[in-house]
Amino acid sequence: MFAYAGKILHVNLTTGETKTEPLTEDMAKSYIGGIGLGIRLLMDNSKPGTDAYDPDNPLIYCTGPLSGTMGPTAGNGYAVVSKSPSTGGVGEAKAHGFFGPDLKRAGYDAVVIKGKAPKLSYLWIDDDKVEIRNAEHLKYATVNDTDKRIRDELGDFYIRVSAIGEAGEKLCRFAAIINDEFRAIGRSGMGGVMGSKNLKAVAVRGTKDVNVANLDGFKEYIKMIHERMKGPATKKYKTLGTPENVLVLNSLSALATRNWTNATFEGADKVSGEYLNEHYVKKIVGCATCGMRCDHIAVVPEGPYKGSTSRLEFECLWSMGPLCGIDRLDAIIEAMRIVNEYGMDGISIGVVVAFAMDCYEHGVITKEQTDGIDLRFGNAEALIAIIHKIGKREGWLGNILAEGVAKAAELIGGDAYKYACHIKGLELPGYDLRTLKTAALGFSVSFRGACHLRNGAYSPDVKGKVNRFKIEKGRGKMITDESLMYNIIDSLIVCKFSRGTYYDGWKDLTNYYTLATGIPITPEEMMKSGDRIENLARLFNIREGKGTRKYDTLPWKIKNTPVPDEGPAKGVVVSEEEFQIGLDDYYASRGWTADGVPTIERLNALGLGDLAPIVQKATNGGA
Amino acid sequence: MVRPQDRKFVTADPEKCIGCCVCEYACSMVNEKTFNPNKSRIRAMRMGPLVNLAITCRHCEDPACVAACPRDALKQEENTGIIRVDESACNGCGWCISACQFGAMNMHPEKKVVFTCNSCTDNETKEPQCVKWCPEEALTYVTAETLAQKYRQKAVKNLFQTAEEAKKSK
Repeated sequence: MFAYAGKILHVNLTTGETKTEPLTEDMAKSYIGGIGLGIRLLMDNSKPGTDAYDPDNPLIYCTGPLSGTMGPTAGNGYAVVSKSPSTGGVGEAKAHGFFGPDLKRAGYDAVVIKGKAPKLSYLWIDDDKVEIRNAEHLKYATVNDTDKRIRDELGDFYIRVSAIGEAGEKLCRFAAIINDEFRAIGRSGMGGVMGSKNLKAVAVRGTKDVNVANLDGFKEYIKMIHERMKGPATKKYKTLGTPENVLVLNSLSALATRNWTNATFEGADKVSGEYLNEHYVKKIVGCATCGMRCDHIAVVPEGPYKGSTSRLEFECLWSMGPLCGIDRLDAIIEAMRIVNEYGMDGISIGVVVAFAMDCYEHGVITKEQTDGIDLRFGNAEALIAIIHKIGKREGWLGNILAEGVAKAAELIGGDAYKYACHIKGLELPGYDLRTLKTAALGFSVSFRGACHLRNGAYSPDVKGKVNRFKIEKGRGKMITDESLMYNIIDSLIVCKFSRGTYYDGWKDLTNYYTLATGIPITPEEMMKSGDRIENLARLFNIREGKGTRKYDTLPWKIKNTPVPDEGPAKGVVVSEEEFQIGLDDYYASRGWTADGVPTIERLNALGLGDLAPIVQKATNGGA
Repeated sequence: MVRPQDRKFVTADPEKCIGCCVCEYACSMVNEKTFNPNKSRIRAMRMGPLVNLAITCRHCEDPACVAACPRDALKQEENTGIIRVDESACNGCGWCISACQFGAMNMHPEKKVVFTCNSCTDNETKEPQCVKWCPEEALTYVTAETLAQKYRQKAVKNLFQTAEEAKKSK
């Protein structure tokens, strides 16, 4: 096999044992790599009902088939898959930067980490040499500091480190794993799983060659993608960047504000992509092998946070800005910086703080319980103060909020559940689902909980291809079709910012895959792999008792509080009736039962027949 | 007699370079037929989000690496300035690596001899592959004289721009 390393590494942190097994060509082709391979390994290497923080829950690092090649964006990615401590179902996230290619060059398509180290440790993978090393001196060190100190002590600047901060060590349920300063395995709490294993970091040095099957053909292909990256398909990411969305969504009454109270933000101009770029962005940098560049590095020029430096994208700008009613970019940049230091999901943290602010404003929590922090919407100092408390799990509230909004609402009790905006336990990303209803349906059925990156369902709404104020028949198919592509993108670990450069869609992606791996694959086969991965993930969630219809839900506010803002969206809310129509339509388009369970015929057709017992158990009323 | 105006080398513009390493991959692809930054003749340094620069051999006049080699394994080509390594004479002692102020001498991971930029040009562009592939156009293949001209032009432009702005703001 070309491009693949052909090897999976198993590490047991409890016993210190390591072993390798080959990656078969059949496994490679069926699950591609990245999240596809990772979810299959999760299914095969875990027992049903294992808690996310149990040592037996595997933490799985995966590279993609293209990692380590010169393939733009796909050359530099890796994925982490595990059972999520926030949803209890599939947890997965991808990150780009520089870490992934070194893991491939070290010779691994995946690393399956099980057990729990007796004391805080880090894993040092130096090509074939694998060592579990003491990390007690790195206890509560920031992600960046950990990265630097590990490279110093191992004595090689080019070693790549993927680490957790204090939040992960303290089992925050939305803790992230971060590499290369600000590239995050962000969503679904993978950092918490790492912390539960007493694992501070994975450091890797890979010096082996990565060879592709058809070097000349591959070279021509990447030349073409590089050229396309200079064109319109990536313009947004190279100019204003994703913060461009602030004004776009605001104009559509889709900029969730003050924890989904409003759908427009009066301070939008002060936190817009335009304003950010004019006043704060110092340089735009990029990841390894990428011909595009998108990392807008913002520096605060003056004021109390002078010198604070951070990469800032729309989602985090929104979650810690408009969603908390905050219109101060200097505070948002500082908040982003400290969130990266603690190692937390930049989306979830903002939603958690906004939830607390909503509770505070409604008298569900008192000033005594916040340790004196005046948690009003719009209070930037309060945002920074509460982030520190959450990162350290300090005080009653800081400790509770580190559990994420779903569990925090249960612990707080009373009306708190009304303000907890999550799906399956994962906090919502930056869209007002009341006014983007294809997105509402798409997010509700995503296998990792509320997520805009599982099926891109916001796109037809934002682009005006559908009536976004209504869920109707046909949306199910739209979501299904898009999910196939997104599953493959995340298995090849292609950066979603570059998705527009694959002008010929499936044909471009199969071509890319075959030139690199030498494994022939047709667009139909690859689409089927996308479907296989979706069904596999659904099956995992069903196996864990979290995958049926009753778990495909929407937050209380999205269904019960109509948009109050003047304009075309005034009064819009997602009704139970249209939502149920949408679910029926979606399950039908997938070939699932009315309870949202894949049929045995479907599984057999997708080559997942070995997992039929999960379905049999669920349909017999088991799950 | 070869004039400095005739010798070209690869240099990175610190304002444009983003440390993306495309140059490293292009170099190993063309010169070693594989993807492996450890076999690249140009290396990108990323010391922070705002501090990035790719570095390779600058084909110095009177190169320290050549002078340092105890086995006469390094020679500078008269016409081009390229440092040629006699692989049978080099024993990988690395003295040239410590002599080079730019860290542009590298140890080949398999051959265990040193290697550095060979200005790999093709017939199409007459430029080394890293320059051709750099997505930010941060790399240029220049002579010392054109490099000096570029910075002189920039300095003069800045001076007049500042004067112009000062006039406007009055």
